[in-house]
Amino acid sequence: MVAPRPDTAFAVHDPLAAVTLRLTVNGAVTEVSVEPWTTLLDALRERIGLTGTKKGCDHGACGACTVLIDGRRVLSCLTLALSARDGAITTIEGLAAPDGTLHPMQRAFAEHDALQCGYCTPGQIMSAVAVLAEADAGRPSAATDPAHRVTGRAVLDEREIRERMSGNLCRCAAYQNIVAAVREVAEATDPSRP
Amino acid sequence: MQPFSYVEPRSRAEALRLAQAYPEARFLAGGTTLVDLMKSGVVHPPMLIDVNRIGGLDEIEAAEGSLRLGALARMSDAASHEAVRTQAPGLSESLLFAASGQLRNMASLGGNLLQRTRCLYFRDRHFPCNKRAPGSGCGAIDGENRALAVLGTSAACIANYPGDFAIMLVALDGTVYLDGPAGERAVPAATFHRLPADTPHIETVLAPGEMITAISLPLGALSRQSRYLKVRDRSSYEYASVSVAAAADFAPDGTIRDARLALGGLAAKPWPVTEAALLLAGRRPDDPVAMGRLMDAAVDGARPRSGNAYKVPQARSAIRRAFATLARRSARSVA
Repeated sequence: MVAPRPDTAFAVHDPLAAVTLRLTVNGAVTEVSVEPWTTLLDALRERIGLTGTKKGCDHGACGACTVLIDGRRVLSCLTLALSARDGAITTIEGLAAPDGTLHPMQRAFAEHDALQCGYCTPGQIMSAVAVLAEADAGRPSAATDPAHRVTGRAVLDEREIRERMSGNLCRCAAYQNIVAAVREVAEATDPSRP
Repeated sequence: MQPFSYVEPRSRAEALRLAQAYPEARFLAGGTTLVDLMKSGVVHPPMLIDVNRIGGLDEIEAAEGSLRLGALARMSDAASHEAVRTQAPGLSESLLFAASGQLRNMASLGGNLLQRTRCLYFRDRHFPCNKRAPGSGCGAIDGENRALAVLGTSAACIANYPGDFAIMLVALDGTVYLDGPAGERAVPAATFHRLPADTPHIETVLAPGEMITAISLPLGALSRQSRYLKVRDRSSYEYASVSVAAAADFAPDGTIRDARLALGGLAAKPWPVTEAALLLAGRRPDDPVAMGRLMDAAVDGARPRSGNAYKVPQARSAIRRAFATLARRSARSVA
């Protein structure tokens, strides 16, 4: 082994070594022991006990494991826990207020019955929360007319919501109600509306 | 996943030194291809060199008629960048039509160029595959090949290159910048990927220990009138069966001054159709003779297999549609 030099700030040279990390999850710093190959998903579920984030395909195809890192939606099944140690991680358990008041997106999913079995729901909700933030930032999607100059929030009509949410699969096919739930929150929180 | 060691260099020089010291190591950027393939047992590097904390590799800048994209810029950030959207809209489209919102937030542009084929035989280690296990044979040639390539294939491999961004990059005369043991060099995007021939496991011109540092493309009339058309089994979050990266500069009378074309989804590598400029110059996109010649040139040499012959007529239609859309957009912007 070549000895790490000062500009290698972090190294785990023994593949079998467990490393103690500090992960910031839902505002709390948690010490967790992981191996280099431990995914963020497994660290959250198996080491920290936050089982709200679901393991669906475990290959980045279904979106059930979606969490936010520094506000950006990512797939925790393809993220190494080691790589995530600098970020602020938000999971489904971190959305509700401390007094238990649900996040508007959680409430909308419940009110619109936007689920059947519910297994994909935490990932759907995390993704939907990020979709609104991306739209607020004026980020385009494949459904956005390239000639349209976005200023302020991108308009989230049904086509946009379906495109932006396409990374979250629902095998029960509750899509109709998922779109309705996301749309309701998008309209209620649109800063451009009176 | 098989156990691996993990190093996190803070400088490019240190990353390259580590890559030279550990030839079996792999660079980790977004991880969306690599971690997936490691979980499937398709690749099993003993060490990952996480390059995400190297500064200065994720910048996006447009200046002096050129767009420069750092290799660590994420797909979503590049797609949303104002200069990319306004001066190379087809490049933004090629990124937005790929993968999902989550994956685009993770995946780097350098890693995107290097994404591996979705051929089922490559991804399942229980089957023979000359790309995954050289010399083991090809399960796809006489197997399930509906999604695979009809252009640029060989007797050893008919895997298709699955990416979108690289197709537009090739159409717009992009360049890939590399750094490695022999120093820095620039490679035309059109020659960055290799044809499979009898070594399908070697997919690019990257030398051992080399990394992609940046990507650039010229900005101008062509990039500003570029369009990425993707044909696929479902309307979002799906790989292309055929894709068309097209660009055309129109004269005020609607004739084409200059044009570019590259195809994706149906070829072993991003597939430039270099005849486009010559065949379309002075013609209109609705000129059936010129368009017919272009479509013939584009699929010349195609070798369909049992399940993928549909890609040839699909590509022909998509080419015509992409240039028709460009003509409409051009007319709209003039009006």
